[in-house]
Amino acid sequence: MALQTHSQETEKETAAIIDVHEHQEGPLLPILHDVQERFGYVPGNALLQIADRLNLSRAEVHGAMSFYHDFRKEPAGRHVLKVCRAEACQSMGGEKLADDIQRGLGIRWHETTPDGKVTLEPVYCLGLCSCAPAAMMDGNLYGRLDDDAVLKLVEEVK
Amino acid sequence: MGAVLYVPCDAAALAVGADRVAETLAEELHSRNVDAQIVRNGSRGMHWLEPLVEVETEQGRIAYGPVKPSDVAGLLDAGLLDGGDHTLCHGLTGEMPYLKRQTRLTFSRCGITDPLSLEHYEKHHGFLGLKRALEMTPAQIVQDVTDSGLRGRGGAGFPTGIKWNTVLKTPGEQKYIVCNADEGDSGTFSDRMILEGDPFVLIEGMTIAGIATGATKGYIYTRSEYPHAVAIMRDAIKIARDAGILGSSVMGSAHAFDMEVRVGAGAYICGEETSLLNSLEGKRGVVRAKPPLPAIEGLFGCPTVVNNVMSLASVPIIMDRGPRFYRDYGVGHSHGTIPIQLTGNIRNSGLFETAFGLTLNELIYDIGGGTLSGRPVKAVQVGGPLGAYFPPSLFDTIFDYEAFTARKGMIGHAGIVVFDDTTDMLRQARFAMEFCAIESCGKCTPCRIGSVRGVEVLDRIAKGDQPEQQVELLTDLCDTMKMGSLCALGGFVPYPVMSSVTHFPQDFHVKPLTDAAE
Repeated sequence: MALQTHSQETEKETAAIIDVHEHQEGPLLPILHDVQERFGYVPGNALLQIADRLNLSRAEVHGAMSFYHDFRKEPAGRHVLKVCRAEACQSMGGEKLADDIQRGLGIRWHETTPDGKVTLEPVYCLGLCSCAPAAMMDGNLYGRLDDDAVLKLVEEVK
Repeated sequence: MGAVLYVPCDAAALAVGADRVAETLAEELHSRNVDAQIVRNGSRGMHWLEPLVEVETEQGRIAYGPVKPSDVAGLLDAGLLDGGDHTLCHGLTGEMPYLKRQTRLTFSRCGITDPLSLEHYEKHHGFLGLKRALEMTPAQIVQDVTDSGLRGRGGAGFPTGIKWNTVLKTPGEQKYIVCNADEGDSGTFSDRMILEGDPFVLIEGMTIAGIATGATKGYIYTRSEYPHAVAIMRDAIKIARDAGILGSSVMGSAHAFDMEVRVGAGAYICGEETSLLNSLEGKRGVVRAKPPLPAIEGLFGCPTVVNNVMSLASVPIIMDRGPRFYRDYGVGHSHGTIPIQLTGNIRNSGLFETAFGLTLNELIYDIGGGTLSGRPVKAVQVGGPLGAYFPPSLFDTIFDYEAFTARKGMIGHAGIVVFDDTTDMLRQARFAMEFCAIESCGKCTPCRIGSVRGVEVLDRIAKGDQPEQQVELLTDLCDTMKMGSLCALGGFVPYPVMSSVTHFPQDFHVKPLTDAAE
């Protein structure tokens, strides 16, 4: 992987995020969430900066970050589509829906479409088990889905 | 005064278009020059009717649903504001059979109030439990919670009062109340509904827990998959703090208590309490060996109450109405009520709070109305991804902790997922193992390696490769995982797997096993 450029701007913004959380108990996850919210991923140099400020080793921060499915080392597509693969959605045809979405977008789980538009992620339960199958795109929720509805969602966004 | 309309802001309602319904309604009301207020309430839990629009009338609230944006104009033409008749009208909400049959204690306000209105909360018996607790000693509060018979609603069913007593008795300069809102089980959403629909009840419950045990700081650990719940809960905490309910002097008393929301990052295992504590501390969400119990050495090594949302949200009514009132509901050693979530392939999907003791038959057919697809039920999974699959021959099981254990199942977080006869149980068993492999924290070998081997064995069975021998191997593997895993993930994943093999041998190309699950 190419070295990421860590501009002064990124460094300043990361520092500001750390400033907000540094004095909390167990600040690492809130910091990682905010950094990812800001940049769309956790840049390698931000990770170093966090480790330095929290007086942790780089391995500790990397270890924590890589444990959780949410945190990314590289940017996602412009939109992130999370499709539920858990049991309640399975009972309503979720597996077929997931296959069709992958075919429709031409990508597999965790991949991004070549135009950089959509990243497809599996999710194990959105708590929408009473209106399955369900998905979430960029924080917006969709229930009682069928193939057409999901692919239409993807068509509608830029 | 103008009419008052309700359109839920619960995630299940939003997922089926509640925001667009509310917007259309506001536009229509504006263009018709009608003076009316739209309240965004929590959900009543009748999710198959969401978005469920209600209107306040002299007789009570009248329900309409499921409402699409394109229905709005027609509803207004039919006299929605006065509770006018329409094909989507269900009459008085409170008289609808699905609601009328419930005993709503924990969810008494959910769907009725504006979740962020302190005024609504207090008008509907809010803070009465906390006020009573403030007049009691910590030991008296703990006694009341113990006497109520409340058991942990997260799944383990451990008596809440006993846990609180341990924290109360353990000396410590700093103690914590940690609310486990990491509701990752498929088929469950009751925690989410409280976070989104009645956040003050959780704040009240956690504050009472703090006063009872000497803890001054609370954390709600919830999921990144619940962004709406996070936002509402954070707003509610701020409102409570500004109103002097949280802070250095709880409601003007000598007790201090404050809390904040922390968000997980997509790891199912963090619903396990020790893994949750590690995650809160900013570490990998790896399971800790017990002992020490979190009640003695929990968050940052301090005495910590870790309770599920449902347990904590049940405390205010216990403190308000007294332990006897709560205890009198239920059967055997399962006291009080349980919010059952009817999900998956079921007609009347949603939340149904009732005293313990109904049978699965009653829940799935009488209340749930059978499958949504109209096909016969093949199996139900109760208790999330680690819960057993039950065939219809076991639907006489009553909803009670011990009755489920006796049949090698568990209630868990009280979610029921219904599957129709098109389901391949071998695939479900494989999914259970696959899920365990994806979500294992990796600390203990039976879970980390066993789940991967489990997938491989099931794949061989699917290919018809010596199924009888493979099932024997699978049974042995499940035994090892059950006995040798550190926590419930590896320890319970054998339940969905072996119940599938036991009850649906035909899907595994083998002859029926004799009591293979043991």
